[in-house]
Amino acid sequence: MSAQLIRRVQQGLVASALFVAACSALAQTSTEAAPLAEDPVVEQRLIVISEELRCLVCQNESLAGSRADLALDLRREIRDLIKAGKTDDQIREFMVERYGDFVLYRPPVKATTVALWAGPFVFLGLGLIGLLVYLRKRSRSNPEQSQALTSEEIARADALLKGDQK
Amino acid sequence: MKAKFLIPLVVFLGLVVFLAIGLTRDPREVPSPLVGKPAPAFQVPELLDSNKTISNEDFKGQVWMFNVWASWCVACREEHPLLMQLARTTDIQLIGLDYKDKREDGERFLQTRGDPYRRIAFDADGRVGINYGVYGVPETFIIDKKGVIRHKHIGPITPEALQNKILPLIQQLRSES
Repeated sequence: MSAQLIRRVQQGLVASALFVAACSALAQTSTEAAPLAEDPVVEQRLIVISEELRCLVCQNESLAGSRADLALDLRREIRDLIKAGKTDDQIREFMVERYGDFVLYRPPVKATTVALWAGPFVFLGLGLIGLLVYLRKRSRSNPEQSQALTSEEIARADALLKGDQK
Repeated sequence: MKAKFLIPLVVFLGLVVFLAIGLTRDPREVPSPLVGKPAPAFQVPELLDSNKTISNEDFKGQVWMFNVWASWCVACREEHPLLMQLARTTDIQLIGLDYKDKREDGERFLQTRGDPYRRIAFDADGRVGINYGVYGVPETFIIDKKGVIRHKHIGPITPEALQNKILPLIQQLRSES
């Protein structure tokens, strides 16, 4: 074995030793993730409830998914309420009392939210009416005007099919 | 129908009007359900003296202004000179709530910038804030003599909001029995 080869092998060994050392150092510094909660049942209910609630700091995130400070605090409050034996409705009421219907992704039907709930159906209805009117108009006007061919057109079509014309 | 070609234009203009209105509204300004309701009860230590406690009951029979702030809140720094001016020029009962802060940080904030508050409640874990529906500091509540929240201002108080809304309201509430 040449001296050069031995040096290569040594270098390789040193590099891999360094790599292993680095990996084990990382493994030591990154501690095990804290368990989500002492009680998985509570946590399950927390997730179900908070997925339906809006985080007020980052308004397009649910309370379950948000990492905002307020969301953490509110999840803590909800956890406490669950442990205190409150029902889901009572917990939602707790949130609505403080932040209004805005926190609910499924707002209740009220005088102020009628447009929100009925709006899409109103537009669907308008669209259907428009479609019906259009279809009826077309079926009424088509047969007389465009479907029937004149004798001249029939003759031209025949000629085309026979290949007399280009 | 001769004006049929105008239909898309009309629909488009309608859409523009709706969107234009939408653009002028601030999505962060969520109407608080607490306006018109009794101010949530609290009893917490004071910021500047942890041996003393402060409660909403202390202000029964007074019109008071409850300003939620924190040393980490950038917009509070913007608002702060206005509060200082308010404290110098008026006799408004301005009470602070230091929200989710470290005591030293809150104290340092007031030492360097001045303290406009008559008294300050210290809400270390943010529970008082949650009960008041606070979601973005600074927020300011105007509470009447009976302890009912009459107005909530979200975000830093602007001179306009102060002149046009807050000061007239406080004047009016003071004349109520």
